[in-house]
Amino acid sequence: MLDSMRILIIEDDRDAAAYLVKAFREAGHLADHAADGLQGYAMAGDGDYDVLIVDRMLPKLDGLSLIGGLREQKIETPVLILSALGQVDDRVKGLRAGGDDYLAKPYAFSELLARVEVLARRRGGASSDPTIYRIGGLELDRLSHKLTRNGKEIVLQPREYRLLEYLMKHAGQVVTRTMLLENVWDYHFDPQTNVIDVHISRLRSKIDKGFDVQLLHTIRGAGYMIRDGAR
Amino acid sequence: MTALGKLIRTTAFKLSVAYLLISAIGAGAVLAWVAWSVQKLIDEQIASTVEAEIAGLSDQYAQGGVRSLVDVVERRARQPGASLYLVTTFAGETIAGNVASLPPGVLQRPGVVETSYQRIGDQEARRRALARIFVLPGRFRLLVGRDLEDRESLRGVMVRALATSLLWLTAIGTIGGIFVASRVLRRVDAMNASAQRIMSGDLAGRLPVSGSNDELDRLAQNLNAMLDRIVVLMNGLKEVSDNIAHDLKTPLTRLRNRAEEALRVEMSPQTDRATLEAMIDDSDNLIRIFNALLMIARAEAGGDRQMMQVIDAGAVARDIGELYEPTAEEAGVALDVDAGDGLLIVGNRELIGQAIANLVDNALKYGAQPALLAIAAPVAQDIAQDSAQNRIASRVRIAVMRRGAQIEIEVADRGLGIAPVDRQRVTGRFVRLEGSRSRPGSGLGLSLAAAVAQLHQGDMRLEDNMPGLRVVISVPAAMEFQGPTATASSGQVVNG
Repeated sequence: MLDSMRILIIEDDRDAAAYLVKAFREAGHLADHAADGLQGYAMAGDGDYDVLIVDRMLPKLDGLSLIGGLREQKIETPVLILSALGQVDDRVKGLRAGGDDYLAKPYAFSELLARVEVLARRRGGASSDPTIYRIGGLELDRLSHKLTRNGKEIVLQPREYRLLEYLMKHAGQVVTRTMLLENVWDYHFDPQTNVIDVHISRLRSKIDKGFDVQLLHTIRGAGYMIRDGAR
Repeated sequence: MTALGKLIRTTAFKLSVAYLLISAIGAGAVLAWVAWSVQKLIDEQIASTVEAEIAGLSDQYAQGGVRSLVDVVERRARQPGASLYLVTTFAGETIAGNVASLPPGVLQRPGVVETSYQRIGDQEARRRALARIFVLPGRFRLLVGRDLEDRESLRGVMVRALATSLLWLTAIGTIGGIFVASRVLRRVDAMNASAQRIMSGDLAGRLPVSGSNDELDRLAQNLNAMLDRIVVLMNGLKEVSDNIAHDLKTPLTRLRNRAEEALRVEMSPQTDRATLEAMIDDSDNLIRIFNALLMIARAEAGGDRQMMQVIDAGAVARDIGELYEPTAEEAGVALDVDAGDGLLIVGNRELIGQAIANLVDNALKYGAQPALLAIAAPVAQDIAQDSAQNRIASRVRIAVMRRGAQIEIEVADRGLGIAPVDRQRVTGRFVRLEGSRSRPGSGLGLSLAAAVAQLHQGDMRLEDNMPGLRVVISVPAAMEFQGPTATASSGQVVNG
């Protein structure tokens, strides 16, 4: 799966930070902690981190100013903003300030982990997106919008295509329901019911039905992942 | 502060004093001008009288010489109310006349002069006169003058009139000012007293309105309307906090009970795990309620209008329809979307999307039951079977259309609907009608949709779809060229 990531958590709540450091270590990553904005700014500038997790309200230097400062210095480490302010306009402000993703408190750790892993991988090689995604006999041609499994063509609706494209782009990574709603539908609200699950099960019936190997997996309590089950 | 001090400090009194000052200056100026004009007129009359007499007397002198002149002067001087006459030699010795003395040097200056004098046989102080000195041939000097007593008394009358009128003006103005001020003050005092009563907790109290519909009345009416609004808001707040207490405490209690249970009872790792998962579900539910409440509060407070742009409500409706279509199908509900292009509004795409999603979610949850329950059991069973075969038990319709200057977003189902008496109530926070309490949901979906409509300067109404419920969000259509159009049909892959 993924190589281990170096993560910097800039968060003034020591309990929350300690919990995150521990949880990321258990997930196989390296996590450091900075307790205020200035310390975080210094560490983010020096250390070679894959992802920064920045709380918005920080002592000494607030989160958005910190991100602005880093971006001015051409430090382009992906930033995920964690904030108690979770309304639509708060989110837009956060992303405008230079954040790459935004997660409102309180959050599920599985959601945070999935988002951080996606951000870290984007840093790895965003430019080298292949024109054809291939996973265990499933081939998605992004130029002709054609999907085949073991050479047999599967017809998808436009939205199903986008859903599958996003999942295959992040193959081997957990993708949460809210990530799908954000990236495939471009809405950020909480749909309350299991609307995404139904879309997934439709997609699954198209790509996995009748095959021995299941590619689209449900990750319990987290979301979905497409991966070659044989490996 | 004394009562008088309070009165003097009132705006009404200060205004009265200011008006008084202006009137006094005006009255003074008018009287002064009249006095000056009258004096000028009198002076001119005196001058012409004197001129005429001098002309007559010099004729006498020319015809009859000094003797004739002296005779005429002596005769005239004895008449009551006579003018002043004086005939002297060139050396200044008096020949005839009724003037006892003049200031020295007056006779040396021919022409018109205003001078003091003393009349013969008059013991009083010197008077003033306007006189003309005329040099006759033979170097005799003739002085003819008129007493200025009339003019002086007229001036006195004028000054007295001015003083009296100012006195009256001041008196009337002060009394009037005090009267007006005390009248206003009495009403303001009453308003203050009411305001203080209201501040000390009597929220039902209102400011007194006299009924004269003057500016104080209008002020009082507006303040009363403001108080009414505050009371409504406070009642709403109280209701909300009561409901929050109930709706947050119930899941919080459940959460706590589960934790206590897990601590108290020795359980297997599997049941522990199940308990923990249930606790996470409870917490998520709490967070969801909390987020919805915050969102409603933000939307009701007006939110950030800068985040609004021109969006296509039809495209948002199609997005939501597409998002919910598989869910609807699974629930055996046909979901129709009827939305054209170019139905532009100024709004927040996320919030409009959330509002439509809430309505669709409600329609699927509560509107999916067909009105079968009311039909006799065997028939209902038949229909139910029939529905099951067709996989369509009900129908939900999302429609966006233009009606005049409004864009109407409509979500209609064919379920049991909501009774007219409940329609107003059901948009309140946490309101859940009987029969829906047992189902999942927070009772915030409609409140949020209503708050979103309000934020977009529109409203939300509930109607009978015969059968079923139709919810209509009506917001003003965007004027043309109001800004850049955001692509509402979305799906841009941002991350990755």
